Amino acid sequence: MILMQHKTQDLEAVKFFLGDASSLNKIGDCKVLQPFDERVLDFLNELSKSLIQKWKSYPDIITFAFWCRRTSLMREKAKYGNFDSRLGRGIVFHSTPSNVPINFAFSLVAGLLAGNINIVRLPAKNFFQVKCIINEMKRLFDERFLELSPYVLMVKYDSATGCSRFFSELCDVRIVWGGDQTIVRMRKFPLRPRAIELNFADRHSLSVIDADKYLALDCGDQLKVARGFYNDTFYSDQNACTSPWLICWLGGQAADAKVLFWDNLSEIVESEYSIAPVQVIDKLKAFYSVAARKKVKLVKGNDQLITRISVERVDEYLACYRKNSGFFFEYDAKSLEDLLPVLDQSCQTLTYFGVALGVLKDFIRQSRPSGVDRVVPLGKSMDFSLTWDGYDLVRTLSREVEYI
Amino acid sequence: MKKDDHLFDYSPFELGKKKKEYFLSKELIELSQKHYVSCTEYKNMLDAVGCSLDKLKSYYDIPFLPVGIFKNVRLSSISDQEIFKVMTSSGTTGQTVSKIILDRQTASNQQKVLAKIVSSFTGAARMPMLILDSPSVIKDRAMFSARGAGILGFSIFGTERCYALTEDMELDIKRVEDFLARNGSKPFLMFGFTFIVWLHFYNEIKKLSRKIDFSNGILIHGGGWKKLESEAVSAGEFNSRLYDVCFLSKVHNYYGMVEQTGAIYMECECGHFHASIFSDIITRRYKDFSVCDVGEKGIIEVVTPLASSYPGHVLLTEDEGTILGEDDCACGRKGKYFSVHGRLKNAEIRGCSDTYAA
Repeated sequence: MILMQHKTQDLEAVKFFLGDASSLNKIGDCKVLQPFDERVLDFLNELSKSLIQKWKSYPDIITFAFWCRRTSLMREKAKYGNFDSRLGRGIVFHSTPSNVPINFAFSLVAGLLAGNINIVRLPAKNFFQVKCIINEMKRLFDERFLELSPYVLMVKYDSATGCSRFFSELCDVRIVWGGDQTIVRMRKFPLRPRAIELNFADRHSLSVIDADKYLALDCGDQLKVARGFYNDTFYSDQNACTSPWLICWLGGQAADAKVLFWDNLSEIVESEYSIAPVQVIDKLKAFYSVAARKKVKLVKGNDQLITRISVERVDEYLACYRKNSGFFFEYDAKSLEDLLPVLDQSCQTLTYFGVALGVLKDFIRQSRPSGVDRVVPLGKSMDFSLTWDGYDLVRTLSREVEYI
Repeated sequence: MKKDDHLFDYSPFELGKKKKEYFLSKELIELSQKHYVSCTEYKNMLDAVGCSLDKLKSYYDIPFLPVGIFKNVRLSSISDQEIFKVMTSSGTTGQTVSKIILDRQTASNQQKVLAKIVSSFTGAARMPMLILDSPSVIKDRAMFSARGAGILGFSIFGTERCYALTEDMELDIKRVEDFLARNGSKPFLMFGFTFIVWLHFYNEIKKLSRKIDFSNGILIHGGGWKKLESEAVSAGEFNSRLYDVCFLSKVHNYYGMVEQTGAIYMECECGHFHASIFSDIITRRYKDFSVCDVGEKGIIEVVTPLASSYPGHVLLTEDEGTILGEDDCACGRKGKYFSVHGRLKNAEIRGCSDTYAA
């Protein structure tokens, strides 16, 4: 692939955090890899080791580091058959969200593992976690993995510049994180005829909890479930696509289970979550907006940190009223079928506690909803995987050579 | 208290705490009941919070709606035939506008109350009036913007009305000097929105090589700094700088909002905003909405019995303020007096929905 005579004024606006203008100029000389290339696995394993050693106090860095250890990636690989006839697609342009520090790293690793050359647009904000990861990568490239350094370019640039257009014209795959509006804006920039795009749109997520199973736990485990729920929601201001906004209670003792569950959660929230007055007002506004039109009840709590709204039925419009910062709808379900109206295209993750995975699997298979791409244990909603949003990332980011 | 006693029988700052609370509680609870029967959405809202109006004793206990709810939900307690005018406000965030639906009676009461409050500061006599804005703001009478409504509302105090700015928001110095030549030797009124007064009047007047004499002017301004928050100056500085450039010494800021037009809170000679008998303010703690103590900063709630065509009689604003005292301001006016610290700051929310452009 030959890099065209790009408009230099566009690229003057690019600030490189890994690689430089000359590596960008030579990007066409770089050959794609096979998925799960040994050198890539080595590199990621080393990266993992040093991150774990140095940045223990950053849970998001550590989660990422554990995920990209060789053993963990080999487990991911084992889910696939062999990759002998697959190759990376070429240049992947990753546009990452501006307000999640670690997402860029997962996106990059998916691109690398699939065998591609990667240009990553970093979050506009200067996150410390981003700096840590980049510094380690830089050190590893310099010391041991020089031959891999052309595969990773990290950049920042101002949106007003023509850089997004330039990278869109250059790449073979464009990955856009950051929701519907960003996707719409990116789609204004044409891709080359053979290029493909992978867009991560705005999604919403739900939880299913079996009340009787929750009550059967001892106190410590009940608190653990609440902790998992906290991590799925409050940790990201309940604003991640994976954060549940609706909790569906199954089982006969929902009333008792709710008291315990929310008390446990409230304890964690009160000591760890901070809310701004404007978030409280936004929640109040969101509550009254839904209350004006639907039969709902506000469940009184001690404070404004957790807003609970019980609904008599779940319909397809309910998701329009969801909000962040600790704003939950609750529903006592007779069966999983009650949830079908909200399992629409934009529904991403169903987290579960106390319900057998097989039951959920049968339910999805039989009811065939247009949404739900992930069914994961409560507390694990943010765990990244090479299957995301319904895409098998390694296969989507690589191509199959047919030999007959 | 006489049975047929009515708020309108009193002057705006006449009633002490006890009597005012009695009046307001009675009127506001009755008004809630009226809205409950006439506005389905309001009924649904109160049902959702489990409020039984007949058990309420004080207006402090009436559920407050967030002022921004008028952007999301159309709230009206009158039939479409009764609509006299619809007021709009865009606020400072976003594109959606609030719609406040008024019938003739409500609009007229708002006007009456505005007149009572303002004239208690300026005297009952009408005066020539210099409007520090452009006439284009009030052109579309079908949809009243907050600015247009404010100007029209205050216009009733003017015998002669003169717009100081052109259609393009430029100071028409010739027109202003002609106005002063006719009226400058006796007291006259000036009205404008704080940020417009600052940007298009003060900034222009100060550039002139000669000083113009506004010493007989009484300026009433309100609405805050909006998008000019970064240029905002304190009330004291605002007043003294105006004095420096044009000898204007009588300046009254007011606090108010289109959702409760008429019941404005005027700044007294001591620099405090005052609640009249036609409205009240409560400050609340954001963590649990409990009522703040005197002197404690909180989110401002405003109540007024004037909101009879729409359920906006009890509203939680997005402003922060501090109640400084009640019935004992040095200016002699009864009622609560307070300061306003401006809008709540936007929070930086985490999450994967993006905030930057491609």
